[in-house]
Amino acid sequence: MNLKSFLTGRWAVVGGFVLAAVLLLVVAPALLTPFRLGLLGKYLCFAMVAVGIGLAWGRGGMLVLGQGVFFGLGAYIMAMHLKLADAPASTGVPDFMALISSDGVPFWWEPFRSGAVTLVAIVVVPALAAVLLGLATFRRRVRGAYFAILSQALAAAFAILLIGNPRSTGGSTGLNNFKGFFGFSLRDPANRLTLYVIAVVALLAMVAVARQLMVSRYGELLVACRDAEERVRFLGYDPAAIKTFAYAVAAVMAGVAGALFVPIVGIISPNDVGIVPSIGLLIGVAIGGRTTLLGPVLGAIAVAWAETSLSERFPSGWTYAQGLLFMLVVAFLPGGLASLGPVLRGWRDRLRPAVPAEKTSVPSLSGGS
Amino acid sequence: MNADYLELTNLTVSFDGFVAVDRVNMSVLPGDLRFLIGPNGAGKTTLIDAVSGLVPATGSARWAGEDLVGRKVHRIARLGVGRTFQTATVFEELTVTQNLDIAAGARRGVLTLARRRTRVPEVVVKAMETIGLTDLAEVPAGTLSHGQKQWLEIGMLLVQDARLLMLDEPVAGMSAEEKDETGRLLRRIAADADLTVVVVEHDMDFMRAFATSVTVLHAGKVLAEGSVEQVQADPRVQEVYLGPGEHSKAVTEAVLGEGV
Repeated sequence: MNLKSFLTGRWAVVGGFVLAAVLLLVVAPALLTPFRLGLLGKYLCFAMVAVGIGLAWGRGGMLVLGQGVFFGLGAYIMAMHLKLADAPASTGVPDFMALISSDGVPFWWEPFRSGAVTLVAIVVVPALAAVLLGLATFRRRVRGAYFAILSQALAAAFAILLIGNPRSTGGSTGLNNFKGFFGFSLRDPANRLTLYVIAVVALLAMVAVARQLMVSRYGELLVACRDAEERVRFLGYDPAAIKTFAYAVAAVMAGVAGALFVPIVGIISPNDVGIVPSIGLLIGVAIGGRTTLLGPVLGAIAVAWAETSLSERFPSGWTYAQGLLFMLVVAFLPGGLASLGPVLRGWRDRLRPAVPAEKTSVPSLSGGS
Repeated sequence: MNADYLELTNLTVSFDGFVAVDRVNMSVLPGDLRFLIGPNGAGKTTLIDAVSGLVPATGSARWAGEDLVGRKVHRIARLGVGRTFQTATVFEELTVTQNLDIAAGARRGVLTLARRRTRVPEVVVKAMETIGLTDLAEVPAGTLSHGQKQWLEIGMLLVQDARLLMLDEPVAGMSAEEKDETGRLLRRIAADADLTVVVVEHDMDFMRAFATSVTVLHAGKVLAEGSVEQVQADPRVQEVYLGPGEHSKAVTEAVLGEGV
């Protein structure tokens, strides 16, 4: 086996996953304080959303500007369950509801008293929402900027809906002050470490799923749909179904990320699901390189990390830095940082004296069948 | 001969009152290489758009016992109807093999789609030989020359298991040698595989060299139909192409091709 096939073959993939697991599960907990580790856990949640965006946008060409909706669905479902589980056994009503009204728990909260229903709903609700939305829009051949605007409007509407119903959703404050997680206290550092480990495993699993989808025949078909949707239709495929599947996978990833975000961060509010966070997630993906497997993950983690550390030092500076970074990437590196290598090589080759390119011969049509 | 023939009856396409295709009756048999010619705006492309489901039409377009009018594009494609466009549309970022593999796979199940392609299907290998792109199998389709892209499109129609092939100006922009190669390729697949082939074309020399039959459209209607010689000699066709009145042999040949 030569070096190149070693680096690109099956063992390289396994090696990459093992390396990532060691870094995230052994090195990071040993080096970081529990506070910083909690922050890293939060970034990993954003990275999960980014994996889905990379699939839907990078491979499928769907500019998903409203992934906050699916993130929010997963997060609020989890938060409702945690609030119900924390509620005093005598009344069964969560603290914030008891404060502002005496009507009791809304009927649509009741199913989430069950942990099993909650876990299933975290996957099924975003998936169903994405399938319905996807079929409704892609069947009508809504795409490009129109799809982007639609998905963004959805995120805005979702946030407004949450703010408008303070009695059942906590309004603009959101849901917070969770004490336990499926019977385990969230105050216990050991349990918080376990949550972090769950987030790492979930992220690695999602990267593995995304990789399989990208190298599969479906992945080729998705790229074909992105580049020439009409042609795919004339080959006998239904592009709406192909795109909806990728959209639904991205939605499930965002939903699971939201559900893990809630116990790790301790709060979910409309500020985490509206337009601004939805676009923030997209920026990380664009900077990292949307068409690659790891670009979105690393981009999302780097952007979230930069946001925290820059805001600590220059409280208002981050917004400008984020905007500048996004403009630079769009203008000079449309493929994101993942394309830095090829772009630099291109510049280097251009500076060199031109070497006559080897002319590829045009093979003639041979006798055939 | 098989039962796969195309029969258009009163096929009509109108856009906001403008009738682009006007009650066209036409049948094309398997093994035939039918050329569809006519001046600009005659409705040639609109006709194959209607048959492939891209624009709504009235009347009927029967193919292998099914009426295609009113069906969705991908359903029509699954009935074995394939087409190409004036500008070659291939999946530029995918390789020649990947392009053909996708074209061959519309009937694949979920499990096959979810897995990686481990070996190149036999039909893909065969099609690549037929269109002469075997040496370029792993090259991104975007780097192919214009002619090679058109051949790749024809290859995609073959692996897609299309038995009715509709090609929209396949030799536009090709060199003389490429045109010859393309013409021979089309003749071969029409005859060998007993396919029904419809070619929309402006290039009269190409038409004259390779057509087995010709339909002339003018203003959405069928003006003439028959062999190349019959159509060339038809005074109505000469009038549409050259204007009314008598024309010298040289002028006629310059427009309608030699041998009139």
